[in-house]
Order: sequence, then structure tokens, then C-alpha cells
Amino acid sequence: MSFNATTSQTVGPYFSIGLTRLRKTDLVGAGGSGDRITISGRVIDGEGKPVPDAMLEIWQANSHGKYAHPEDTQNKPLEPDFQGYGRVGVDENGGFAFSTVKPGTVPGPDGKTQAPHIAISVFARGLLLRLVTRIYFPDEASNTDDCVLNLVEPARRGTLIARKSTVVGALEWNVILQGTDETVFFDC
Amino acid sequence: MSNILGYRRHVPGTQPKHLHPPYVSSITRAPSKPLVYIPHTLTEATGPLFGKEVIDVKACDLTRQHSGEPLGERIILGGRVLDEDGRPIARTLVEVWQANAAGRYLHKVDQHDAPLDPNFTGCGHTLTDDEGRYRFVTIRPGAYPWRNHYNAWRPAHIHFSLFGPAFATRLVTQMYFPGDALLPYDPIFNCTADEQARNRLISVFDWASTIPDQALGYRFDIFLNGREATPMEK
Repeated sequence: MSFNATTSQTVGPYFSIGLTRLRKTDLVGAGGSGDRITISGRVIDGEGKPVPDAMLEIWQANSHGKYAHPEDTQNKPLEPDFQGYGRVGVDENGGFAFSTVKPGTVPGPDGKTQAPHIAISVFARGLLLRLVTRIYFPDEASNTDDCVLNLVEPARRGTLIARKSTVVGALEWNVILQGTDETVFFDC
Repeated sequence: MSNILGYRRHVPGTQPKHLHPPYVSSITRAPSKPLVYIPHTLTEATGPLFGKEVIDVKACDLTRQHSGEPLGERIILGGRVLDEDGRPIARTLVEVWQANAAGRYLHKVDQHDAPLDPNFTGCGHTLTDDEGRYRFVTIRPGAYPWRNHYNAWRPAHIHFSLFGPAFATRLVTQMYFPGDALLPYDPIFNCTADEQARNRLISVFDWASTIPDQALGYRFDIFLNGREATPMEK
């Protein structure tokens, strides 16, 4: 017997009532290895206006490139204090920030390795389905061979790569929902 | 590890398009460029898992979160979380939020001229059991006006959020009530082309879970993306 997956609907404007409890903007516990980073940015709509009622969910591997999930059978260490999950709402200016560690590389198709990346789901009023995207890292040689980045036309790949700021470990990355500089979103 | 068993993609028509102009907020927020199809890798086949440690066992009863009882029609809302092959998704997190019986959300942006209920927050969560079952006690939310178009009213609905086993199975949706006269007019409910898929967002009155003298029962089953067939099964 087969059923189609249930239809998605927007989170609407009032999702903070239900979804604030599992808010997590600092993904790293007291211990844990890896380079601490913060990623901040804004969510912007097709008119260039900030989106004040959006939410981002974060999913990533730990610094060794291991996901806290039973289907990751790689022989790499788990970090007890690091689950790889985050959820961050935006402020009235569309701004968000979260802190984490830079993930390690993880396996990709055909025995290749994926460049370090963070999977992101974007939810907002006006979005009938979540938007899926990824954050990659600047100055990362392995980006060149990444199976997902290489599916994106070269001119748009930059929307997926965070930018360095003047502060060490502080990265910037924006979500442009629509328009010329639109962030690449995935069918996934 | 190189051959990840992915999750099935959505059947065309059974999900909304990002741009649905009758829903005005989608006009400036929907992506204008085609989505880039990507294979499911270990990233998409894994995802956050939540266990008992994040659960407040009392959070499945939205009528018992304050000193008094909320106003409105008490309901038992239950169902199963299954994959597309009908297999139960056990011990998965279900989060819900909703308006009160008067159609008002406990949220600063909601300025609808209807009373807040001091005994109702409108937020709950639970884990499914080994058979994928969940159950909430709550009150039936009211319809409420919104500014999408002239005389626009949202039908009564409850928001659901589920993770399932993987990043690829994440779902946020809304559940409606049978016989709601506002459904034909609602651009959010009607954003999905496939009528059958759309109508599966409507819960079913459930006499079996109705409790005499206490609460009406409604059933709402939720389906998350199934696993791709293994090469052996093909």
C-alpha cells in the first residue's frame, strides 16, 4: 500500500508560539572539539525588504564529519555535547545569528567526499514549503570538487558560500528569497 | 557509505508550488529561479532526532497548561505518523500550535479583535509511540480574519511540525476540520493542485476516540516521505 506524503503548508506568521521551545542558536556544548564559528546574516525578500518572520533550521556534522544519527556508520567520533541541530528565528530586521563548529567533510556519492557544509531549512510566512539550501565555507579547496556545488551554475555558487568578516571565526551569509541575487535553493 | 538510500521525492501536484499568487505573501517570497535538484547524500538521509529528554509529558494536553480550563469545544486529536508505505514512524516529535476558540493567537502580531484566553497558550508537543500514534487534548480553534484579500477568513486549523527520520522528511503542515464552510475560499488550503492531496489535510470526525460527556474525537494521519526502493527491491 502506498500513500503520498502529506501536503506542506506555510508556518504562517505565528509559528513562534509552537516552535520557540526547541530554539537552539548555540549548537556547541561545554566541551567538543573543532573551530568555533558564528554565522550571521539576514533574510531578504524579492523587494529587498527584510523578512521579520522567518526561521532557519540547521543540520550539520560535527568537526570530525560525523552526523549524530544512527545511519551515519562512519568510523569517526561522536561528540556527546554536539547534536548538529539548531533553530533560529529572525529579528524585526530579518537578522539571525548562530554559533557552531565548522563541520568536517562527509561522504558524497560515488566514493567522493563533500566539502564542509551546513544544511539549512528556511521557513516563513509566505513560504508554502520550506526552502532547502546549504552554507559552504570560504577558502575551502574542497569546494571545487563538491558534488552539490557542481550542480549549481558557477555564477550562482557564491550564494551558498559564507563570507569572512573582519572578526576571526565570524562568517556572514544571507538568504535572498527572490530576485537577481537569489540564494540557490534545492529540490531535495 | 557511498551509496546512500535516499527518500522518495514528492509526487507532482501533491505539494504546493512555491509561488501561489492568491496567497499574496508568496508573491515576494517565493523563489523565482528553478530549484536545483540534488541527490540525497548522508546529509539529507540523516537529521535531528529528539527523544524523551526534550519532551514534557504534560505538553500533549493543551487544556491543562494553566490554572483554569480554556473556553471552547474540547477535542481529542489523534492519528498516526506513517511513511509512504504505511509503515509507522515511531518515537518521532510532533509539535502543534493554534489559535484559541475565539480565533486569536497568543502572539503580539495578532491584533484580531477577539479575546485572548488566559487559560490557553495554544502550543503542544508529543512523541509518537511504537505504532506511530500521537494524541493531543485541545480545544477546537476558531476561524479568524486576515488581510490577504477582501473579507478573508482562515478556516479553523491546527499547525503541525514534524521531523521524521531524516532531513529529507521534514514537514510543516496545517490540519483542517471536516465540513468547514471556509475551506473553498482559503488560498492556503487550496494551494495544492491535487484535490485528493488537499483533502487529506482535513481531519476526520472519529466516533471511536470521542469521549462521552467530555470531548469530540478527530483523526489526522500524517505521511512523511518514504524510502527509495533498494536495488534489490527494484
